[in-house]
Amino acid sequence: MSGHSTYTPKTGLTRWLDSRLPILRLAHDSFVDYPTPRNLNYFWTFGGILGLCLGVQIITGIVLAMNYTANAALAFNSVEHIMRDVNYGWLIRYTHANGASMFFIAVYVHMLRGLYYGSYKAPREVLWLLGCVIYLLMMATGFLGYVLPWGQMSFWGATVITNLFSALPLVGPSITTWLWGGFAVDNPTLNRFFSLHYLLPFVIAGVVVLHVWALHVVGQNNPTGVEPKSKADVLPFTPYATVKDGFAMSLFMIMFAVFVFYLPNSLGHADNYIPANPIVTPAHIVPEWYFLPFYAILRAVPDKLMGVLAMFGAIACFFALPWLDTSKVRSKRYRPTARLYFWLFVLSACVLGLCGARLPDDQVIPGLKTFTLIDSDPNSFVWLSRIAALYYFAYFLLITPILGLVEKTSPVPETIASPALNAKKA
Amino acid sequence: MTLKLLSKAAVLAAFAGLLSFGGAVMAATTEAEAPKTQFSFEGPFGKFDQAQLQRGYKVYREVCSACHSMSLVAFRNLGDKGGPFYDPKYPNSNDNPVVKAIAADYMVDDIDTETGDPSKRPAVTADYLVAPFKNEYAARASNGGALPPDMSVLAKAREGGPDYIRAIVNGYKAAPAGLTVAPGKYYNPYFPGDMSSSWKGDPNDVPEGGVIGMPPPLSDGSVTFDDGTKSTLDQQATDVAAFLMWAAEPKLNERHQLGAAVLIYLLLLSTLLWFSYKTVWKHESH
Amino acid sequence: MSNLAVGATTDPGHASDDPSRRDFIHIAAIAAAAGGAASVAWPFIDQMNPAADTLALASVEFDLTKVMEGMQVAIKWRGKPLFIRNRSAAEIAAAQKDDNAPMKDPAKDADRVKVGKEQWLILIGTCTHLGCVPTFGGGDWGGWFCPCHGSQYDTAGRIRKGPAPLNLELPDYAFLSDTKVKIG
Repeated sequence: MSGHSTYTPKTGLTRWLDSRLPILRLAHDSFVDYPTPRNLNYFWTFGGILGLCLGVQIITGIVLAMNYTANAALAFNSVEHIMRDVNYGWLIRYTHANGASMFFIAVYVHMLRGLYYGSYKAPREVLWLLGCVIYLLMMATGFLGYVLPWGQMSFWGATVITNLFSALPLVGPSITTWLWGGFAVDNPTLNRFFSLHYLLPFVIAGVVVLHVWALHVVGQNNPTGVEPKSKADVLPFTPYATVKDGFAMSLFMIMFAVFVFYLPNSLGHADNYIPANPIVTPAHIVPEWYFLPFYAILRAVPDKLMGVLAMFGAIACFFALPWLDTSKVRSKRYRPTARLYFWLFVLSACVLGLCGARLPDDQVIPGLKTFTLIDSDPNSFVWLSRIAALYYFAYFLLITPILGLVEKTSPVPETIASPALNAKKA
Repeated sequence: MTLKLLSKAAVLAAFAGLLSFGGAVMAATTEAEAPKTQFSFEGPFGKFDQAQLQRGYKVYREVCSACHSMSLVAFRNLGDKGGPFYDPKYPNSNDNPVVKAIAADYMVDDIDTETGDPSKRPAVTADYLVAPFKNEYAARASNGGALPPDMSVLAKAREGGPDYIRAIVNGYKAAPAGLTVAPGKYYNPYFPGDMSSSWKGDPNDVPEGGVIGMPPPLSDGSVTFDDGTKSTLDQQATDVAAFLMWAAEPKLNERHQLGAAVLIYLLLLSTLLWFSYKTVWKHESH
Repeated sequence: MSNLAVGATTDPGHASDDPSRRDFIHIAAIAAAAGGAASVAWPFIDQMNPAADTLALASVEFDLTKVMEGMQVAIKWRGKPLFIRNRSAAEIAAAQKDDNAPMKDPAKDADRVKVGKEQWLILIGTCTHLGCVPTFGGGDWGGWFCPCHGSQYDTAGRIRKGPAPLNLELPDYAFLSDTKVKIG
């Protein structure tokens, strides 16, 4: 809901600046007077939280880069130098490492909010696509960053993921050699990963600017999915949303602090404290937790190339979502059937995550051996991930388009502040 | 509203579950689970016990350092705050006489500036703990082809950390009848491995654990403790595990203390922001 | 939490609220947040200070038996060259003779060495002009000569000729024994 600006510069200096570069006007219109729906719940605070996470990662990252050495012979020891000798190095390193996990926790909540309330639907498709681009960039940045300490998981995770490209027909192996800068993951790879890891967060920041711009053009969605119709539906962003975002951020920081100060290695892998060894593969290569669902999808498909395509397809589903959803109703608050399938989707994603952490042939129910179906016992994590992956894709490609056409929805209120809503909210 | 809160809680719980399972990497190995020890540094208020660190250092120095390097720990670290030989009289650990004496006991490589030939000089506090072998090949040659891992971050590099280390050291058992153990290897139920191919007994009863290249390094009384603590195998195992945890996480004490301050501050800030939020929204409905 | 009352708008009856009480909580919250943000800044600033391993090399102990009379040994200390010069009696006498001679940075020879150890002159080997390392024994006074722009130092390390503004710098040092000195 972009109306005209209400900013009036009060002092001589601000008037002078406003006529040359209206940056204060922009800030005022975007974050002070900006009309915000009054009924936003706490799921809407995660955008601000994500901005905070990006800032934390960039600042801690730049400072870490002052003390880190991106050379295969020196990288592991330089990280230990940071932990032991650099003043507060341990704090900055643990903040950055756990900050990545916090960043992904927040982004998944933020994305699920969008999924639940239909924030991807018209006119917010570009906003949604920009968000998907940010998510992709985050995954790339996280992957590159994890390689830098040059531990066993860093090295072997890089080996596995770069080897995925060799699945591409004809050009695959050449692309992989090109990525490596050699015949295997080694020093040239580490150097270029460091450079790219430093670069991408600033690309993310740029796309975030576009994302917020796109948001401000169409205005926020809200839990009812009904656009604000009058002044009664909205409140100025400052102080109403500012203080709520601030409160949510401080709660988020409590969770962050618990991890940094008391559980700093709980989300990582012990194997990454073993220096990288190209001759010895760890018993179990596992990516960081935020990649686990996609890792499970990759391993669910028996064919190497199809597995890679399925993994990228799983991400592509998010991009296609605005055009897959045929429902006339935006928010799942008024779509009881869609709600059910949505929660099943969340469950399937969690199950996929669980499967990604396990060996494919491990038994789901311990001790129960049945028969061999294609390549493995049905009582195995690979089969569980196949079932969950099937639901994952079905949710996007079948359930979402079909449901929109055949579902029975609850009555949608006229306005955000409508009396009809008094009854119950979901 | 309650349902929304419940669904939010469910999502968070699912994530928490995912995280905890994501962490528990299950390999196809069968080792016994290390029993949980009550170390002084565990828990949010945990800190190192200096007396225990001194005993653990003695075990490392007299037994483990014969094969295991600790190249990321410098002599001066032994005198740092939270470390085994910290003395408040010497806030700069480079001045600590105990630390200087420990360093001076070791010789490190140097170059004779007059002839250019390699020579040796006594270590100073700035030097790092001296490795027992020149390089990996020498280490393997002296240990039947196995490489004794560097111990600087060992306590963080193994699932179970100090509990695992204590269990391994304590846990050596005679191989049960029917289990073939190669010469130069030793059966240990806490070491990851799969004994099914070396087992001639009941296939449903494969002994858990694996074979480790290290012979049992400690026994009752193998290291005498200067503070008079009874030197049982378990005491030595526990103390060296605590020392290795210090070596891996020397900043643990500081981390816990700063954490308490930060959390108190954040709880205070959240309370202030909550009331500020409530005040701002007092006359507006959501 | 939410309460979608009829016609959710601003409640008009709030004029009776005490505004100063309302402002205080906001000021307190903002102040607390600002205080937190400021204290967060310290670790980032402090991490640029020398790290513990750098500080450990801040002092060095040197064995003086390595330096022959009339000679100098140069070692690296804190990333800079350090001259340890064993002065001959003639060099000491020449330095003391010039104590009151006109010079850019007047200093007495006795102030630049330790009592009872006058033969040991310990200086940071960086020319005070633009930082080159002066060569041993050159120049008209037999002290040091800087090849970059021609500064000349005497046998007490004092600037006598050339563009350098100050005498060669003296580090903190102390003799641990007749044969051992700790610098820094």
